[in-house]
Amino acid sequence: MRKLLLQNGWRSPLTLPAPAPSESALTELGAKVDRAARRRLGRSLAIREVDAGSCNGCELEIHALNNAFYDLERFGFHFVASPRHADVLLVTGPVTVNMREALERTYAATPDPKWVVAVGDCGRNGGVFAGGYACVGGVAEVIPVDLHIPGCPPNPMQLLEGLLALLQVVR
Amino acid sequence: MSATNTNSALLTVLGVGHLVTGHRPWLRFVVTAETWNVLLAGLAKSRWSLLGLWGEPGMVHLAAHEFETGTPGIASLPCSAGEFPSVGRWHPPAQRLERAIADLVGLQPAAGPDLRPWLDHGCWPLRHPLGSPTAPAEALPPYPFLPTEGESLHQIPVGPVHAGIIEPGHFRFTANGEAVVRLEERLGYVHKGIESLLNGASLERAARLVGRVSGDSTVAYALAFARAVEAATETEIPARAHWLRALMAELERLANHCGDIGAICNDAAFALMLAHCAVLRERVLRASAACFGHRLLMDCVVPGGVTVDLPADGVPILRALLAEMRRAFPPLVELYDNTASLQDRAANTGTLNPTLVQQFGCGGVIGRAAGRAFDARREPGYPPYDQLEFEVPVRRESDVNARVWIRIREVEQSLALIEGILERLPSGPVHGALNQSGRLVEGMALVEGFRGDILVWLRLAADGTVARCHPRDPSWFQWPLLEAAIEGNIVADFPLCNKSFNCSYSGHDL
Repeated sequence: MRKLLLQNGWRSPLTLPAPAPSESALTELGAKVDRAARRRLGRSLAIREVDAGSCNGCELEIHALNNAFYDLERFGFHFVASPRHADVLLVTGPVTVNMREALERTYAATPDPKWVVAVGDCGRNGGVFAGGYACVGGVAEVIPVDLHIPGCPPNPMQLLEGLLALLQVVR
Repeated sequence: MSATNTNSALLTVLGVGHLVTGHRPWLRFVVTAETWNVLLAGLAKSRWSLLGLWGEPGMVHLAAHEFETGTPGIASLPCSAGEFPSVGRWHPPAQRLERAIADLVGLQPAAGPDLRPWLDHGCWPLRHPLGSPTAPAEALPPYPFLPTEGESLHQIPVGPVHAGIIEPGHFRFTANGEAVVRLEERLGYVHKGIESLLNGASLERAARLVGRVSGDSTVAYALAFARAVEAATETEIPARAHWLRALMAELERLANHCGDIGAICNDAAFALMLAHCAVLRERVLRASAACFGHRLLMDCVVPGGVTVDLPADGVPILRALLAEMRRAFPPLVELYDNTASLQDRAANTGTLNPTLVQQFGCGGVIGRAAGRAFDARREPGYPPYDQLEFEVPVRRESDVNARVWIRIREVEQSLALIEGILERLPSGPVHGALNQSGRLVEGMALVEGFRGDILVWLRLAADGTVARCHPRDPSWFQWPLLEAAIEGNIVADFPLCNKSFNCSYSGHDL
């Protein structure tokens, strides 16, 4: 283990430079955040990820945000284990009917001020799964959404651009 | 692989029934209740294992696979009275599958050992969406969990929203102090009604849907769907397409195994492995995106071939990936092997009885870590694996450690396979037109994903649209075994055991 740690100490970091915040995301977020909330949160945002019926593709790319290339934590974002600790809900999936109540309860358990980011084409409108008996179709049908990050699944850079836009508005 | 193997006891039993024409490549027979029961007795005696069990209005289908001859066969039982003799009564692996049939199609397993709903949580606007849909007459009663009795027992409910970035499902632990006495899973939260969406879908839309049954296995699912369509329409695809599909499938296996090895170690509180394995995974995804335009390779495999050819710089990109993996992976294996605190957590944890693994026909890493050598790339097999040399690593300890080692060995095999594919990749077109049958045809395929064998069965209408399609995830035969593996372990080892299984919620819930 010592050898591995030492070797990596000599290498240059893998982490990519920060992307510019997404323009479309900034437009969507526009006037939604008030000043008081910005002051209270500073530069740190706690994210609770909620899978509301995704195919798990979005989860894989959200996971990738934590790897050395994207290193989400350098921006002050960190994933938390409970909605009670969260500022942001990152919701994926077309919201299955069977997950609707769990999503509503998770939202209710998240303290104010809070933001909801719907991830993926499914989170926007149900994506390929829209139209059936088993999906509500879009996170905004169930809880208020502040930002959509489209893609099937969005890649980590797109996720990062969207989240940075959120950070800029919150800050 | 021959569909007309005369040595097959399974086909001898099925052969009494009425052969369905237009079902490929394996044979399907419409059978009587008598034959059905003989089939169930064979399952109970482990003469053959269950590959799948699914329904449609008025009929249930059972796919089985025989050990000695390697011949799959399908039995279809008409159920005019709205019920069928329970398979789960004799063969427990079928219990959840037949509960799903009862929920979706409305056909009841007669004398079934467990008649509780499974996918239907009582929230849908209708009942029996794949049968004759009716409005729900009354609300379902609260789900009755199995009783646990004894002194000093307490329950821990977990989920559906979990603490990590993972899919939703409910786990009900009953523990005595730290030791888990019983785990009961409650799944179905991510049921998206995919089978219902597939009914009447065009092949293009259906391929997109099946490719999203479980996002981490998108190549394997798309491949299974494409192979089932090609079997049904008797289409031969260009050789290069076969090889590119295998290339994508091995990239998918590589990425997922790297991610899993890191994540398992992370659940044993050894984050260093996760950090390094996540970098390897990311490198595979970047190479995939550079070669085929999508990090997870979604929608790259379609009926008829593949949608993207390997670009001119694809071979050097992949060779560079192989070189980097070969440089970076062995030190991680050494680190895993030589870290006592990690070994302490992984060895002898979550041990699974190999008899259960055989009984459940449990595939993938979990099966191979418990002595079950089944790999669909070998048997029944599909091109180009018949022309490639590779080993199917097997261990017998059946604990978390063995499951990590199988993944490590499979990473090495996948690297060798990718190298072999790059060396021998034939030239030519990568997509061909499908034969138009102009009548009702049926097909089935079995494909080895990173998690295990994926089955896709389908029926195409005369106009080429999907009349019925059933994708069966390997997790159906793995989730129940997690309940067995955790028994007697401490609660704190559950994430470790769970991650070493890494079953799919989405693939199971459909």
